[in-house]
Amino acid sequence: MADLSSNFLGIKSPNPFWLASAPPTDKEYNVVRAFEAGWGGVVWKTLGEDPNVVNVSGPRYGTLMGPDRRVNGLNNIELITDRTLAINLEEIARVKRNWPDRALVVSLMVPCNEESWKRILPMVEDTGADGIELNFGCPHGMSERGMGAAVGQVPEYIEMVTRWCKQYSKMPVIVKLTPNITDIRFPARAAKKGGADAVSLINTISSIMGVDLDSMTMSPNTGGKGSHGGYCGPAVKPIALNMVAEIARDAETAGLPISGIGGISNWRDAAEYIALGCGNVQVCTAAMVYGFRIVEDMISGLSNFMDQKGYSSIADFQGSAVKTVTDWRYLNLNHVDKAVINQESCIKCGRCHIACEDTSHQAITATKNGAAYYEVKDAECVGCNLCVSICPVPNCITMKTLKPGEIDLRTGKPVSSEYANWTTHANNPMSPTFQQKNA
Amino acid sequence: MERTTNAISSDTPGISAGRLKASEYALRFCDSHAPLTLTQALIESERCYYCFDAPCTKACPTSIDVPQFIQRIAQSNIRGAAQTILESNILGGMCARVCPTENLCEKDCVRQTNESKPVEIGMLQRFATDAYFSDPGAPLFTRAASTGRRVAVVGSGPAGLAAAHRLAMLGHDVVVFEARSKLGGLNEYGLASYKTTHNFAQEEIDWLLSIGGIEVRTGQLLGRDITVDALINNYDALFLGLGLAGVNTLGISEPQAKGFRAAVDFIADVRQAKDMAEVPVGRSVVVIGGGMTAVDAAVQSRKLGAREVTMMYRRGPEAMSASIHEQEWAQKNGVTIRYWSAPKEILVADGAVTGVRFAVTRTEAGKLIETGETFSVQADMVLSAIGQSFVDKPVGAAIALEKGRIRTDDDGRTSHAKIWAGGDCRFGGRDLTVDAVEQGKRAAMSIDAALRA
Repeated sequence: MADLSSNFLGIKSPNPFWLASAPPTDKEYNVVRAFEAGWGGVVWKTLGEDPNVVNVSGPRYGTLMGPDRRVNGLNNIELITDRTLAINLEEIARVKRNWPDRALVVSLMVPCNEESWKRILPMVEDTGADGIELNFGCPHGMSERGMGAAVGQVPEYIEMVTRWCKQYSKMPVIVKLTPNITDIRFPARAAKKGGADAVSLINTISSIMGVDLDSMTMSPNTGGKGSHGGYCGPAVKPIALNMVAEIARDAETAGLPISGIGGISNWRDAAEYIALGCGNVQVCTAAMVYGFRIVEDMISGLSNFMDQKGYSSIADFQGSAVKTVTDWRYLNLNHVDKAVINQESCIKCGRCHIACEDTSHQAITATKNGAAYYEVKDAECVGCNLCVSICPVPNCITMKTLKPGEIDLRTGKPVSSEYANWTTHANNPMSPTFQQKNA
Repeated sequence: MERTTNAISSDTPGISAGRLKASEYALRFCDSHAPLTLTQALIESERCYYCFDAPCTKACPTSIDVPQFIQRIAQSNIRGAAQTILESNILGGMCARVCPTENLCEKDCVRQTNESKPVEIGMLQRFATDAYFSDPGAPLFTRAASTGRRVAVVGSGPAGLAAAHRLAMLGHDVVVFEARSKLGGLNEYGLASYKTTHNFAQEEIDWLLSIGGIEVRTGQLLGRDITVDALINNYDALFLGLGLAGVNTLGISEPQAKGFRAAVDFIADVRQAKDMAEVPVGRSVVVIGGGMTAVDAAVQSRKLGAREVTMMYRRGPEAMSASIHEQEWAQKNGVTIRYWSAPKEILVADGAVTGVRFAVTRTEAGKLIETGETFSVQADMVLSAIGQSFVDKPVGAAIALEKGRIRTDDDGRTSHAKIWAGGDCRFGGRDLTVDAVEQGKRAAMSIDAALRA
């Protein structure tokens, strides 16, 4: 059986599944239940300075639901821990003592001054915690007070605070990044420059979940007024994967360990994050929807996947897909795909036809001899994958790659075996070909 | 169920009302299929793929845009969903209850391919129409400017009602003539009670008539109180939705005996009964026939407390016009179905039926033949349900017939330039409520076009 054990910055855990810093890791009771359920580690819900913050006693969450009320996205307006520092530290110390084989990282957020950090770091270190995660990501509430995402949006602050933490503590430092920025590479580079041992991402995305159209009130709201929250869950996974990949392939941050966060709901999501370079993953929404036992399915699935693929450890496939992520300009413009509809499995819903007809390239038939029949017209198909993406039947529509020499019926030309991208394309004003022609 | 002694029960021989405890009737005659709850409707509506050129819509005789109304349920737009249904099928509420959806829209649902479990279109249609009727709000349909033209509609079954509504909507003034005291035709008199509970048929008709411009005259029987000739003279056009007033005979001697009657009459009695405990039923009931009428009569006999009910059909299960679904419904309700049995003799003693003698049949080279073997089934009530026929006498020589029913073109136009026909009286149909609605609607549009020409 595959070895799922994880060693992230020297922090060992029996599996790579950690609970992210969030309500599920707010106190000893929850964390102990999580460890009993099998979670490899937790990032304790963010500690702050006393006096403790207060939360609203009203809706703190809202969801975006798909068919059958599956939770696609979760929004929250909870602040950091609303319990005193002393209670949290006492519980952290006890939990770490009782669960030595599990990872216990403490999330921190104190005002952006050296004294505050200098004061809290030794207290956390004394608990025996395995490391700290700097919460530079929380986009609601705390950011109004100059903390959380307000720090994460200024690379210079990230670097400065990270440096303080490295200076005043021996613990590994993970910097948690906010996605509410324009280019994730800049805060990641700043973290690295400040000496961070790792980055974790993404924190939540600023969000309003909707409007109650009867009362004309945004939701969720507290007695009639709401404030934007932070959005997470399956819907944010693609956004997070991109940011993870950007950091993984950036020359300046290459090799910087990454803890992946964002909509991880099952083993497959976790494996994808790991394939894009993450050393471990953090989960919150899935646990908040299904409870802690969901980790059993994540462990089982990842283990079976690794066995099937012959991976004996996480490291065996960590980062395997990073090299497949590139800039658009390097995509091979000579490559030609065509969609193929398997008539055996087609149920004749016609969605591929109408999607292609109305919104794409008019490349799918609707009838043949008067009866419903959906077939790709190779002379029109640009290989856009829309039909594949919206077909309700798994694997009914697939993409076929034309071999070099085959005629692309759309262009009437044979497919070239040569790799050619935009940088050299005749239509690119910056390309040598274009410049020669227009010289 | 508690077994009572000395009182009338299922074991009481002969024909008797009140075989059950009073509380039992309400349970037995409740809605045969519980309507979907909001939650169920939302879950089910999300199964719809919103197909292009949807097969369900093509399978619907009234061409209801099924994906559209289901999408609107999913979007919590009940009024919009009802509008989609009702603008194609003004009796969409009743059709949601009585349509053999398993042979129509649901049969062609693309979900059948991989799951053998179609979207429950009929149940969703019922959900949308029930929800709409419970709080209709502003009228969904209003009348066009008056044309000053008058159209007579004879018969107020599904075809007549659909024609009347569409004609009124198009601006014509309509007079509906109905022989019985209540409107609705088979919707009111011909359906099992458990298919349309809580007086739904009349409520639906009240709503339908609320568009205005439709005058109703009941107790008007064609050939007795009104004539085709007079109607042609007094109106600009005439729509005949006469239904099938005749009952087919068994082709054997039919004695005047207590306990022997047409299933349609029995069904009408059950439907019109104020109190089910007052409807008499035999202890042993034999229903002869294999259609929906036979099923409705057999199942309701059981529900009224008959101890044993047997449906006798002269061919095999596939040939039955009651669908497999309907046959299973009958069997689930304790009806025994016997196939390959043709009636030979109604057995009578002392003026009351005692049973039926049947011939065993089989097919030979595609023809149904009797094997020579016979057997008898004991019964104190025998219901004949081998189909109804069109009574052409009141129509007279005015219009051409085909195989005993009125011949029309696709738009319902008969051989007479001022007369249209639709529903079961028209030749070539499947005798389905939903077909009758479509024919009424289509004839109305044809009449409208003719009157404006």
